[in-house]
Order: sequence, then C-alpha cells, then structure tokens
Amino acid sequence: MDPFILMLAIPLVSGALLTVAGERAWAPNLNILASLGTFLAAAGLTAEIVASGPRFAFGEQFFIDSLNVFFVALTAFVGLTTSIFSGPYMANEAAHGRLTKPRLRLYKSMYQLFMFTMLVALTTNNLGILWVAMEAATLTTVLLVSLYRTPASLEAAWKYFILCGVGIAQALFGTILLYFAAERILGESGNALLWTHLVSAKAFLDPNIMALSFIFLLVGYGTKVGLAPLHNWLPDAHAEGPTPVSAVLSGLLLNVALYAILRCKVLADGAIHSDFAGNLMMGFGLFTLLLAAFFLSKQKDVKRMFAYSSIEHMGLITFAFGMGGAVANFAGLLHMTMHSLTKSAIFFAVGHATQKVGTQMMADIRGLIRVNPLIGWGLLLGTLAILGMPPFGVFASEFMILTHAMKHHAWATPIMLLALGVAFAAIFGKVQPMVFGETKAKRLPHAPAITPVFVHLALVLMLGLYIPPYLTRWFEEAARMLG
Amino acid sequence: MNATPLFAQLINLFAAVILLLSFSMLAQRRVIQLINLFALQGFTLFLSTLVVAVNTGQSHLYWSAGLTLALKAMLLPWILHRLVRQLQVKSEVEPLVNIPTTMLIGIVLVMISFNVALPISQLSSAIARGTLGIALAVVMLAFLMMITRRKAITQVVGFLSMENGLFLAATSATYGMPMVVELGIALDVLVGVIILGVFFFQIRDQFDSLDIHHMERLKDN
Repeated sequence: MDPFILMLAIPLVSGALLTVAGERAWAPNLNILASLGTFLAAAGLTAEIVASGPRFAFGEQFFIDSLNVFFVALTAFVGLTTSIFSGPYMANEAAHGRLTKPRLRLYKSMYQLFMFTMLVALTTNNLGILWVAMEAATLTTVLLVSLYRTPASLEAAWKYFILCGVGIAQALFGTILLYFAAERILGESGNALLWTHLVSAKAFLDPNIMALSFIFLLVGYGTKVGLAPLHNWLPDAHAEGPTPVSAVLSGLLLNVALYAILRCKVLADGAIHSDFAGNLMMGFGLFTLLLAAFFLSKQKDVKRMFAYSSIEHMGLITFAFGMGGAVANFAGLLHMTMHSLTKSAIFFAVGHATQKVGTQMMADIRGLIRVNPLIGWGLLLGTLAILGMPPFGVFASEFMILTHAMKHHAWATPIMLLALGVAFAAIFGKVQPMVFGETKAKRLPHAPAITPVFVHLALVLMLGLYIPPYLTRWFEEAARMLG
Repeated sequence: MNATPLFAQLINLFAAVILLLSFSMLAQRRVIQLINLFALQGFTLFLSTLVVAVNTGQSHLYWSAGLTLALKAMLLPWILHRLVRQLQVKSEVEPLVNIPTTMLIGIVLVMISFNVALPISQLSSAIARGTLGIALAVVMLAFLMMITRRKAITQVVGFLSMENGLFLAATSATYGMPMVVELGIALDVLVGVIILGVFFFQIRDQFDSLDIHHMERLKDN
C-alpha cells in the first residue's frame, strides 16, 4: 500500500471509529495504535522521498518534497509520543473527576482528526486546500481547549476561535489575491493555485499584487504562529486546555502555520525580486521575540509561561527564515525541530507535575525532584534545553542564527541577545524552586508516562552533539528549496 | 471575457448594495434585524455570483451561486435565528463604541480599503474593477463590528459577514476559486457555525449570559 494514503487514512478512519465507538477500555490503546500506524506510514513515506525524490499523489493535488516530508515526520513523531503521554494523563484527569466519559471520547476523536488536518495541510499542493486544512485544524482544537468547561477555558476557547478566525480570514484574502495574480499567467483552470505550477511561473507574477498578498498571508497565518501583536490567543489556549493539547499546539500547530508562510514566501520572493518578504518576517520575528521575552517574567501560571516561551521561539525562527539564505534556513529548520521536541517534552513533564500538585500556579509547585525524581529531572533538563544551554540541540541552532545575524544584520544581534537573556533569567528563576525545595504532593492513581519526556530530550541532546550526515543533507536540501 | 456594460454595472450595483448592507449592519441595534440583514447580504451575494456566472458561462460558478443561496441566505440565518430563540438572547445589541462614531470609523476604513486596492483594480478586467476595493471594505467593516460589539452572537454575525466579503472578492475579482477550494471553505464555515452553536450553550451555562464582557478574566498580570 502507498504509505502516503495510509498516513492520511489511519487518523481519519480511527478518528471516526473513536467517535462512533465511544469511550471504551481499549479506546486509549486505539488512539496510541493509530498514532503509531500514522508514524510508521510517515516514516515509510520519508524513506521513499529520501530515496527517490519528490512525488505527487492524487493527480497533482498532493506534493511531497524534502521540505514538507521533514515536517510530516516530525508531526507524526510528536503525535505518537503525545498520544502515549495522554493515556495515563487523561486517565488521571478522569479519576480526579475533571473529565467525563463523553469528553474523553471527544478528546480522542478530535485528536486524531487534528492530526489528519495537519498532515493534509503539510502535504497538499493546493494553496486553497492548505487554507481549508488550517481552518479545520483550528476547528478541531477549539472544543479541545474548552474541554474542562470551566469559565476560564471557555473564555480561552472563544478568544482562540475569534482571533484565529479573523486571522485565517486575512490569510484567505491573501490566497484570493494570490489566485488573482496567478490566473493572469496560468489561466483559469484549477491549476492556478497549485504550488508546483506557481513556483515555475513565480517570476511572471505581478509584484504589486504579490506584495499585498504576502502581507495578508503573513498576518493571517502569523496569527496562528503566534506572531505579535496577534499572539493573545496562544497563552490562554495553552494554559486552559488539557496538557496534551498544549503540547501538540506548541509542538506542531505553530510549525504547520509557519510552514504555510514559508511556502508563500518562496512565491513572493520569486515575484518581488527584493527582500521585501524577508524584511517583513524579520521585523515581525524580532518584535515577537522581544515582546514575549518581557512578558515571560510576569507569568504566574507554569503552562502560560511556557506558552510565552513558544511565542518567543517562534519569533526567533521567523527572524531566521526572514534572513534567508542557506545557513539561516538550515538554522531555522533545525530550531523548529529542536523547539518541537523540547517544548512538547516540557509540557509532558509539566502536565504530570501539575497533576501531582493539583495546581498550575508556579508559586505552589515545589520540590518536584523529591516527589518524583524523573518528573523533576525531566522538567529541569527540558528547561535547560529550551533556554539554549549546551550541549542540547537548541544551543546549536540558536548559535547558528546568532552568528549569521551578526554577519549580515549586525543591528539585530543586541536585541536578540537582550531578549534571550531576559527569557533565561525569567524561566530559570521560576523553574529552579519548582524542581528543588520542600513539597507536599500526593500519589497519582495512574502511573505517569515519563518515557516520552526522555525520548524527546535524548533526541535533542543527540542532535546537539552530533547531527547524522543524512539528516544534514536533508536539512540542506530543504533549506535550498526555501531560497 | 469582455463584459457587456450592463453586466459590469449590475455587478457594481450588487457590490455597492453589499457594502451598504454592511453599513446598515453596523448601525443596527436589534439582533433579529441584524440576522435578517445578514441574510439579505447573503442573497445579494448570490445575485452577484449569478451575474458573473451568466456572463462568464463557467459552470462551477453556478454551483457557487447555489451554495451561497443555500448556505448564506438560508441555512446560516436559520441556525442563527434558532439560536437566538433557544438561548433567549435579549434583543438589544450593546455597542462598546456609540454608533455614529462607529459609522465614521467605518467610512475611514472604506477609504483606506479603496486606496489599498487601487493599484490592483487597475490591472483587473473591466468586470471586476472596483469590486476588490468594495470586498476589502466589507471585510474591514465586519472586523469593526466584531471589535465594537459585546454579544457573542453579534461577533459571529460579524465573522460570517467577513466571509461574505471574502467571497465577493473571490467571485467578482477572480471569477471564483477552484471548485474544490470553494467546497472546502463552505464546509469549514458550516462546521464553524455548528461548533459555535454548541459553544454558545456552554458559554450560557457557565456565565448565564452571552455577553462577552464576562469573559475578560484571563489577563497577564
């Protein structure tokens, strides 16, 4: 069987199955099994692309090349580990009486459908379908953010829906403008929104329309990436939703939205013949980085704080891709991988920690290392990794971004160093007493799943010390495609 | 693709009506009337799509027109009316900014939209000239409505009206997006409204009101 079709069919079918069957004893296992199947199919697809180059599927409607297959593999992997983590996590939530059976069913079916929409968004060749899949990804997660039905979670979900709805509407306007520019060159057939056709004709697209279109696309998809000033939904949604949802939002959804911007940037660069798109991204990225760093120190809720840290890193990645060129793109891709793995590991550790202590307020979480050394160490190491301490992989990518900026955009370096320094002080100062110090936590009814935390951190550590040559080649090829 | 003057004028006429309806929605104080105005906007959108379809003879535009009529002029207003009845929403819309000021801001937004769209309109064929600016203005006015209104349901009408503006841009300026994209967009909008319906009940159960004023507790401090 074609691994590509399997990869899309498994989450879709199992999502439907989990909806119909309801909450049974085997449902959590089916959720994990489906995620494992998706991951294996994605791995098969990756192997195929690495071996024999880009391919189409369903006519020309889907297109997989070395750029998006990299995101596909990452998405399927984090999807798998998050489903493993969420088994005991959600069981504990149910045992604490925070979730009922219908809500557990809603969670699992929406989780699978969310994976499906993200994989469609990543693999589609049609920029219109990309938009549809991004919107569908929002819709599947809105009800997950409000899963606890508390006033705060409803408020967060409402904000998420309205802000992302408005943002995504801007992106649709950008897509319409893009189509408007393209149909003058490619004709009125359905092909005018296919990325592969657009790329071959990008030099002929009207620069004025493309500039306007890119602004709308950047603001629109940028809302979902969490770029300031449209980032307000992100901390609320991360803090109030269940932790597995925070992990996939931070680790995956933000990446997919940024991927959409990158695809559009390639077209805009080809049409405009200047650094317009890159400069715009650098500006937004730097502003986001700085703003998030200063908001970090004000946070009291641990998930909210790490949500701001996600905004900060997304700003840094956007800045890296804005600089453009092989080195910066390579660093951006590497940083995206590192951030996804590290941030989801942190959310896993934080999820178990908050369950043990029964609160998300950092002032009340103390002495994790005595309660459960594994959770304590997981959180501490994850935090050190995300703050860019060597020898973790985040250090490598941040170092590359900084040195490249020093060489080509020296003015930005002090701003970046300031933001990274402030973020370091804020996060480390708050996590340190959470891990050490005195405690009064109790046992959990279901043993937490710690393995995913350390699998992720081990990968981040390995990539910090040694990047296998095939991975380097792969990153380089993807970076070259971004121009 | 040469449009006869009559067709071009009809499209401009309908686009102008849609813009006027956006303004009257901004000025409207009653929820029921607001939904009716939204339905009327959907119907006008159907007419303008139909005119483009007849003029260009593209079969998929007839489908779009039919979809618009069914979804935006009938199904969505019906769902919204049902929600208002079941949730017993009070009929007054409470604006955060008073209405004359909102209208003035609206006029400024329309001028900005026309200026932004001007260089692009000049590239367009005769049939679409000006409509892109109008479509952008409709999007901006809907955005304004979402910002200045307090009730959750008014924000949703604003959101859907924004969709109308986007659809106007898609049909009049580009003769419609590819069919598969339009179907996807329609599906997303429909699913979105259904989810919001579910969501309204949750909000009301928690807050005993659909006033989003209650939902301002999440802040950075």
